[in-house]
Amino acid sequence: MRPMKKNGVRIDDSFAEAFPMRGTAILITAPTRRWALQAAITMTGFATSVIGCGAEAGIDGERSGKLTPDGRPGVRVLVFAMSSDTLETQLVNRAGQCVLTSPGSACFADLDGTDRLPIGDSLRYFGDGWQVSKKFGDRHFWRVPVMDGEFLCEATTGLTKKAVGGGNLLIMGATPETTMRAAELAVDAMNEVEGVILPFPGGIVRSGSKVGSKYKAMMASTNDAYCPTLRGAVKTSLDEDIGCVLEIVIDGLTEESVAEAMRAGLAAIVKLGPDHGAVRVGAGNYGGKLGPFHFHLKDLLP
Amino acid sequence: MKPLVLALKQEPDQRLDLSPLVPHLLDGKSAKEIAEIELQTTREKIAAGDIFKIRSGGVGSIRFEGGSLRLDNVGQGLKSGEIIVEGDCGKSPGRVMSGGNLVVAGDCGPFAGSAMSGGRLEIGGDAGDFLAAPLEGEMEGMTGGLLIVRGNAGERAGDRLRRGTIVIEGSAGDFPGSRMIAGTLIVLKNCGTLPGYLMRRGTIVLANPPELAPTFVDCGIHELAFAKVFAGLLRDESRAAARLLGRPLARFAGDMAALGKGEIFFPA
Repeated sequence: MRPMKKNGVRIDDSFAEAFPMRGTAILITAPTRRWALQAAITMTGFATSVIGCGAEAGIDGERSGKLTPDGRPGVRVLVFAMSSDTLETQLVNRAGQCVLTSPGSACFADLDGTDRLPIGDSLRYFGDGWQVSKKFGDRHFWRVPVMDGEFLCEATTGLTKKAVGGGNLLIMGATPETTMRAAELAVDAMNEVEGVILPFPGGIVRSGSKVGSKYKAMMASTNDAYCPTLRGAVKTSLDEDIGCVLEIVIDGLTEESVAEAMRAGLAAIVKLGPDHGAVRVGAGNYGGKLGPFHFHLKDLLP
Repeated sequence: MKPLVLALKQEPDQRLDLSPLVPHLLDGKSAKEIAEIELQTTREKIAAGDIFKIRSGGVGSIRFEGGSLRLDNVGQGLKSGEIIVEGDCGKSPGRVMSGGNLVVAGDCGPFAGSAMSGGRLEIGGDAGDFLAAPLEGEMEGMTGGLLIVRGNAGERAGDRLRRGTIVIEGSAGDFPGSRMIAGTLIVLKNCGTLPGYLMRRGTIVLANPPELAPTFVDCGIHELAFAKVFAGLLRDESRAAARLLGRPLARFAGDMAALGKGEIFFPA
């Protein structure tokens, strides 16, 4: 069958297979944009994959002081994990070690819903008895005295069980330079979508994996079918004109947000075209039996 | 749906207990049945129909046209819905209310919002003594909700406040926030002697504080995120309160004669 082509970029008749996750969102504010971003970057560090990090986390977007509860610049952070318990542990540990510690920070719930995860309700004990509870309407805050004043933290934040993790695009190009250009443009476009994060470094992962390994201890190992240096040696998925593959992984608070991000990324890659960007786009799946969410590339084309 | 309207015919010649006239007790009653509800506090019987001209409507919203300082217990135990009094009322409007919205356009007597646990109570005029306070023998005053007095409040406003927010846009009498357990009390004009007397925890914000008791200790001037958040949450209800909270505030901790985990803020 001839592959689909858009603006000269070949689109695989394939789909990204994604999994249900637990997700949450918080808003971190600070006296300046710099320190709000710093707290968010620190909190979302070492959070690329649940396999080794416990959680997947990233920055959803920035918010101006006009739109934050305390009138200071803010950054929205999303955190995802495979279970509610892990998510709670990860959220509390990350907020405790990275946000509580960051100068001038405050931390607010940024996801509605009846399912709640504690933040301030756990971090308040740092106050050693000097913490102060403040309620207004249905909102509950904790004020914890710290060395630069007070750490203000909402008691709980929302938890969604409808989050989706593992949406992805495989970006294939002739050289590392052209592939990277396409991947970077796709990342920029996808970061504009609300409610999604790209957990890998700068949004891009170059070491995509397959399930299993020849070594017993390894759950996952290199995706040899997409390694250009093995193109002649293994049952490859790559064509003659492909010398580099980069992957973008997407976690979103809803199925729609993940689809929206993939759509935005595909559009950016297609717009760039094959000469200076990707020659082909694919998506990773496990045959469709493991994950309930299937994002077909042909449905997401611009 | 049109509200149920109770228009006062004349000044009552005795104090009346209006506690039966709340939405959850009137639900399902006809105008005739409502007219037969007895409101007297003496041996002389007075039914609702004797003193009010009743225009039937949805009991979820009740409007009293005309008021009197003899109308006691308006909106007592209010759970949901709305009661508006277009005039004065007597003692303890909104006592132990847990939800809904109660607005008294005029003045009211003592114990307004006494031990309320939720909802919103607004007094358009002045409130008497013991705003939001517990009655004799009760352990806690207000435990939740929002109470706004546009005028002045009497003595002991917010006595034994446990939770919730009180905003007095005028002045408060002596001992505002006495024996406070927690919660927030904001006074936008003057305040009488010894604010926060024997308070344990909680926050008092005074635009114009008197000399504080020596059992309140200076903790310096701060701009705290929590004050900014409260300013934002209060802006729609009281712009002046929001402005006060947005300023740099001096913090005094006390009352050290009690637990000492409370605080009084005032503009630095």
